[in-house]
Amino acid sequence: MKVTIDADICQGQGRCFSIAPNIFDFDDLGNGVVIGDGVLNSETMESARLAQLNCPEHAIFIEE
Amino acid sequence: MTIKPPVEDFATDWDHTDPQWVADPYPIWEDLRERCPVAHTDRYGGGWFPVTHAGVSAIAKDTENFTSRSVVIGNGRPTEEDPPAPIGLAPPITSDPPFHQIARRLVLPALAPGPVHALEPQVRALCVRLLDALGNREEINAGSEFTQFIPVAVIRQMLGFPEADEDLFREFVHVVLEAVDLPEEERIEAFAPIEEYFIRQIEDHQANPANDLTSYLLDAEIGGQKLALEHVFGTMILTLVAGIDTSWSAIASSLWHLSTHPDDLARLVNEPELMPVAIEEFLRFYAPVTMARLVKHDMDYLGCPMKQDDWILLGFPAANRDPDVFVDADKFIIDRAENRHVAFGLGIHRCAGSNLARLELRVALEEFIKRYPRFELVDADAVTWAQGQVRGARNLPFRILK
Repeated sequence: MKVTIDADICQGQGRCFSIAPNIFDFDDLGNGVVIGDGVLNSETMESARLAQLNCPEHAIFIEE
Repeated sequence: MTIKPPVEDFATDWDHTDPQWVADPYPIWEDLRERCPVAHTDRYGGGWFPVTHAGVSAIAKDTENFTSRSVVIGNGRPTEEDPPAPIGLAPPITSDPPFHQIARRLVLPALAPGPVHALEPQVRALCVRLLDALGNREEINAGSEFTQFIPVAVIRQMLGFPEADEDLFREFVHVVLEAVDLPEEERIEAFAPIEEYFIRQIEDHQANPANDLTSYLLDAEIGGQKLALEHVFGTMILTLVAGIDTSWSAIASSLWHLSTHPDDLARLVNEPELMPVAIEEFLRFYAPVTMARLVKHDMDYLGCPMKQDDWILLGFPAANRDPDVFVDADKFIIDRAENRHVAFGLGIHRCAGSNLARLELRVALEEFIKRYPRFELVDADAVTWAQGQVRGARNLPFRILK
């Protein structure tokens, strides 16, 4: 399981790094970025999903 | 004020300054959502109002068919004398691609989470100072004595304007955002003092550069060239106008909610860890801002015969209550975990100040309920709401409970 942000879709709504600061960070423009390789474990899976469900732009993707 | 005929049917004759809409727009939007996904009006020279999340989202993201050249609905349209597309009067909000991205990237770093979080101590100190000034009174006005001062002070400091001018800013905001139904000539006349004030501030900053947004913009470059003064001026106006009425409204509407929903107030007082999710629900349920676009060319869009220069009123607050997207959309659920609200817009024009708005809203609520864990509305009929494209509570007489 791996989480990614599509940088072309992300508009810096700021929900992901507020909900899951252990998985997401922000760049100089305030757009969301994935910390590290984005590989999820059983602990981080749930907050990644929650961030995905709160992204107004639908910019977060989780690959099975 | 022009006397306008009352609205008979909002589906064919909507007016966002109609008293019924200003007082309580939600039943109107709910009705429209069931009858027509896009309402029409001949007022303001013609316009359309999508009420569904899908309709709002489609138009917000479509910069091919819609222009941001004017984002506040009025009786006129931008003229030949106004700055042309894709720049517009107040970049980047009035800019279209490709210039939009250039103008937006200039301001985003100043409004990114890092620099905004650094403002938290100063916003908190401001809120504490305002609350201290209320003393031990049993009755206060949370609108005129608390909320209205917060964004004004924050934005004034950000732009580096004199503290003594804060009252002026509220008048400017009123002219730009609320006095939209004035005849065009009167509206242009009302703008003159605003223009003069900003030009004076620019001159002052040119003579005495400081560590503020005004000096930053005067110093900024695009492709090795300093920004045109019209661009600096436009972005300053945008910062002032978009940064004040909006956060003021969000804070005030949230406090109005807490004053009328004691269970939600008690939960927020007893479970402070709820604040981040509660903030998002306040933003969803009381989203203050609707934005306008202009139709670029005649076309059939969402089943509507749109004409060039028709207005579009993007009802982000209406999209936030669309039952197709939100479970129990018409209910305020303080711990709503799944909340894809669009209070800050969608697409390339996402509110650049959203991090700042969230900070002000959170800190203002935290400090207010810390000082007053129990309060109620004194007189429901005395509550007033701002008219125009930014909606929020204004007069908030509260009784402080022991």
